[in-house]
Amino acid sequence: MIDQDKLYSIWVYLQAEPLFWLALTIGSYLIADMAYKKSNLFPLLNPVAMSVLIVSLILILFNIKYKRYFDGAKFIHFLLGPATVALSIPIYKNWNLIISNSKAILISLILGSTFAILITYTLSLYLELPKELIMSLLPRNVTAPIAMGISEIIGGIPSLTAIITILTGVVGASLGVFVFDVMKLKNMDARGFSLGLTSHGIGTARAMSRNKNAGVYAAVGMGLSGLLTSILVPLFLKII
Amino acid sequence: MLKSVFIILLYQLIGELFQKFFGLSIPGPVIGLVLLLLTLLLIQKRQRVVPIKEDLFNSAEILLNYLPLLFIPVGVGVVMHLSLLEVNLASVVLVIILGTLSTLALKGYIMEKILRKKTLDD
Repeated sequence: MIDQDKLYSIWVYLQAEPLFWLALTIGSYLIADMAYKKSNLFPLLNPVAMSVLIVSLILILFNIKYKRYFDGAKFIHFLLGPATVALSIPIYKNWNLIISNSKAILISLILGSTFAILITYTLSLYLELPKELIMSLLPRNVTAPIAMGISEIIGGIPSLTAIITILTGVVGASLGVFVFDVMKLKNMDARGFSLGLTSHGIGTARAMSRNKNAGVYAAVGMGLSGLLTSILVPLFLKII
Repeated sequence: MLKSVFIILLYQLIGELFQKFFGLSIPGPVIGLVLLLLTLLLIQKRQRVVPIKEDLFNSAEILLNYLPLLFIPVGVGVVMHLSLLEVNLASVVLVIILGTLSTLALKGYIMEKILRKKTLDD
């Protein structure tokens, strides 16, 4: 016979320890990542979205407070800052490429990032979204760690920004090729850079799987737009 | 490995301090990113060898490989805001789809135009 009290006390112990939440987070990610790779990188099976779904369902099913989960998972969360600093390395490695196309990169970077902020803001206002949601939406075109940082500073909800950012990546990665085809854009570098600027990591992975050079442009676009947007968004909010 | 981890943490720390000290609205780690990039470019410009370069590249690659994993803990926080999201779900999805597609189209168009002009000029 299984001792119910004993099981319960083990469960109480697990909930209070970081170990369980860390294992759950990494385990969910490994499973989601495996499914993603099995599906040949099908954008809708995005591993982060799937892991968030798995962990969230477990929290809801077992009626566990988010704070309790985060107390354990924060050890993973801590690495987000160092990873953001590490984004300087791909930019540094591709510095020559950036310099040799500096004009094209700068113009589409500045115009593109400004347009991205304006269109998100205008659409959100038109649809009468509440302010905290607009603030969570504004930084959505950059890589999640930077987007979450911006969101926190301007009064958005970082966790919503994380989800919104991932969705932006998924939409770009799954429909981007279609948009480029309709517009008859043939230049692979332009396609890659645009994907990296708009759909950050997920777009970059997509571009990389199609065309190595487009992937490099996407990685550069992702780093640079993260940088520029973290300056532009607070500036934009000061002006309006 | 340990040295490069230290360098990355150090630059983040400097970035965070910078942000707090000057009350900037740019996230501390992003300032750390810029400072590390500037340091590396400066060393390269003076034609010196970047110390622990390979080590730093390796650590960065490891961190960036697992980047998606790192935002799961915050992402799960969405469970606390389900009602806010539920009420506005259609609008949010609309903003994301329309915003993303139009932005993609514009950026791709500008970039292709300039790159084509550049090839013609050359």
